[in-house]
Amino acid sequence: MVRVEFLGPIQKAPLELDITNLSELAEILQEDKEMHQWLENSAVAVNDVLVGSRDFTLKDGDRVALLPPVCGG
Amino acid sequence: MLYLYDGALDVPKILKEWYEQESGSNYGAYIPFVGTVRDEDGIEGLSFDIYEPILNSWFGAWQERAKERGAVIKMAHSRGDVLLHESSYIAAVFSPKRRVALEFIEEFVEDFKASAPIWKYDLRGGKRIYALERSTAIKGSGILQ
Repeated sequence: MVRVEFLGPIQKAPLELDITNLSELAEILQEDKEMHQWLENSAVAVNDVLVGSRDFTLKDGDRVALLPPVCGG
Repeated sequence: MLYLYDGALDVPKILKEWYEQESGSNYGAYIPFVGTVRDEDGIEGLSFDIYEPILNSWFGAWQERAKERGAVIKMAHSRGDVLLHESSYIAAVFSPKRRVALEFIEEFVEDFKASAPIWKYDLRGGKRIYALERSTAIKGSGILQ
């Protein structure tokens, strides 16, 4: 299973999904209307490292995080 | 070093601690940047969420860049609520000569604004309202759309 967490202002509980890559995650999240506003502007990290492509293989136990736009300071 | 605090920063205490930490390190320049919450648009204050694992790795990369230039970088940030005229953010660079510190603090703060995994909310009527219009999408965002 892969755990998916939604950080900061995204009001969504974590998911536990049986997926093998980020493209599968994209398909699942695209069906969630509340996620539409976040998919276009959120970055994705796998095991706390940012990734630049959805062509990314996931394995059992991986942790995926969605990071919406930031503003520190 | 990276320091995170619950609530507002104690600016004089932090600046003094950092000064004392490096007072014997033979740096010729200590350039701090202190960010203060301004009274504007009717807000009561700001509030912050931080994702520490990625903040730590982001800051670690900047520490390495500082080291390559003979400098040291320090940063403090608040978690949770910070009220008007209080401070939520301090960054400082120590370097042998002023030019490196002046250049480095600007580069660091710019990347901090664009990349550090911290989320800002306005405090209005006791509620936290995400400051989307003042926020920046992290480089590489949108791969799941």
